[in-house]
Amino acid sequence: MSVFIKKDKCIGCKKCVEVCPGNLFVVRGKKAEIRDERDCWGCTACVKECPQNAISYYLAADLGGGGSLLYATEDETSINWVLQSPEGKETTVTVNKNQSNEY
Amino acid sequence: MQTAEFTADILVIGGGAAGCFAAITLAEKYSNLSAILVDKANIKRSGCLAAGVNALNAYIVKGETPINYALYAENDAAGIARGDLLLSMSEKLNSVTAKAEKLGLVIQKNPDGSYAARGKRNIKINGENIKPLLAAGVHQAKNIQVLNHVNIVDYIKDNGKIIGAWGIDIVREEIVFITAKAVICATGGAAGLYRPNHTGFSRHKIWYSPFNTGAGYAMGLRAGAEMTSFEMRFIALRCKDTIAPTGTLAQGIGATQINVFGEEYQAAYGNTTSERVFAVVSENLAGRGPCYLKTTGITKEEEESLEKAYLNMAPAQTMRWLETGLTPSKSNVEVEGSEPYIVGGHTASGYWVDINRKTTLEGLFAAGDVAGGCPQKYVTGAFAEGEIAAKSAASFALYQTSVNLPEDVKKSVVKQIENFMENKNSENSLYDENSLEEAMQSAMDEYAGGIKTYYRYNETGLREAKAHIERIEKLSENLRAHDFYELMKIFELKERLLLCQVLIAHLQARKETRWHCFAENLDYPEKKAEFDKYINSVLENGKPKIILRPLISVKDAGGERV
Repeated sequence: MSVFIKKDKCIGCKKCVEVCPGNLFVVRGKKAEIRDERDCWGCTACVKECPQNAISYYLAADLGGGGSLLYATEDETSINWVLQSPEGKETTVTVNKNQSNEY
Repeated sequence: MQTAEFTADILVIGGGAAGCFAAITLAEKYSNLSAILVDKANIKRSGCLAAGVNALNAYIVKGETPINYALYAENDAAGIARGDLLLSMSEKLNSVTAKAEKLGLVIQKNPDGSYAARGKRNIKINGENIKPLLAAGVHQAKNIQVLNHVNIVDYIKDNGKIIGAWGIDIVREEIVFITAKAVICATGGAAGLYRPNHTGFSRHKIWYSPFNTGAGYAMGLRAGAEMTSFEMRFIALRCKDTIAPTGTLAQGIGATQINVFGEEYQAAYGNTTSERVFAVVSENLAGRGPCYLKTTGITKEEEESLEKAYLNMAPAQTMRWLETGLTPSKSNVEVEGSEPYIVGGHTASGYWVDINRKTTLEGLFAAGDVAGGCPQKYVTGAFAEGEIAAKSAASFALYQTSVNLPEDVKKSVVKQIENFMENKNSENSLYDENSLEEAMQSAMDEYAGGIKTYYRYNETGLREAKAHIERIEKLSENLRAHDFYELMKIFELKERLLLCQVLIAHLQARKETRWHCFAENLDYPEKKAEFDKYINSVLENGKPKIILRPLISVKDAGGERV
């Protein structure tokens, strides 16, 4: 379970440093790094917080992962979760923030 | 060594559900008092609700009563719960829920305006943003100062009274001293004591937050507080690998558990929380595993709703469905038990408190997962306890004179930190905090009822576990930190090692099996009336001393079945 940081997109704004519940991020040379990939809980707080969509979440191989990345964009009313397959295919799931879970 | 000092009327340690709610209560009802809320991360996403929460699992729905809720929790705990605490919590469940809605929490409603129930005690919400909402509520308050990224290590005690706490600021790299007239501990429970389901790359893909390391329990023990029911461990039944919640499938869409032959087996084992874990373990041991929640055949709409619901609390599960194409309508969802935790929001483990959530230490109150005796409190119960503790702490603080940081405390803390940062012994140390954590988890797994032994243990094994923990504790003395993050990791390890020691003493003391899996002692496989007792402990000269206390049932506390 961990996150993948797209270094070309990262602007070193430290929002991930601010929000990670495990204090796992550091910014070195204006780029975010995770101290130890094994320590990520997978809460996706950083994924949702990153203004550059530079941080994606992925399922580790031991959890059945297949190489896809998941990032999220957020606006007033919804969170758009975008799953990128290794082949580059994108699937978006939009969750309305004002709507309760059905289950 | 840089230091910083703060003072307030009330200090709240931990900005999760209980801590934030305590702070919000102080802002609303005691605006003349100042308070500091301190968190090891940022209250916007700290603690076990970082990703969100799927439902509110403690609510008195139409036709139910607080007494019924308390009786349910007492039964689920096989009697090891405090009736007085359960009742005082249950009575507040609905008012705190209404308050959460005012803070912005989206709750599903029926046409008549009542909340839509999910089963007997649950209501449906969108809990993805529960932490940002609580944080926003706290930040609105003028009398609350928030200190983020400060990991509290220990209380400050003066003349037998708790007068504050000290910690380390991970970002600023300085030692922080906070004094207060009253202190509320709301640090959460303890994860990471046992070897997890995945041990390598995904070692932190666990149920409870891996950053909840039991700091509050450890601080309390070191300061002499009495703790209760550590032996009532919690093991979560989860979706395999992703460790995502199962309640959404079981209660939400009514999925039943089936074994590899497609047989429904739950009824044969009973339906308490521990029996549901035991059922899966037993089916697997009998060669009838893997076990699944039967989801195949659900409609496309149901499936899409599930995918969204999981994104709001455990995105890994939705990702797995989408990535593999094995969505719940096509493929049943395999379940497994997690490793054991100590967590007072689910079982009765934690501080021994009175009905006002006052601990056995003067000036110290506790709420949420760190507070004992009140299982099945979940998020709303943590809110309720935060509110109760805030009122009690405020009433106490009103009659206290101002407190000062004792100079000798400051000196000894600085010396302790300098020692960890410049520990000469470690130049040749073979071990670091990672390898010692792994050794601790391994010993607990093998000998104190971890996943490896299907949660079972015996007296010989517990003695082995104790010897290993003592050995690892000695090794931990030589650990050295290069920065404040590593320093935090060392303190976390030391907290966990102390908890392991006390947990083992509790497991040894309960010479019976009251709960399958949660405390399954193979030397004493039956439940015994002589253990209709709370097992409590205090630390004396660094060693756990066990105290047995008589039960206070819901009935004793004035609750009859309605």
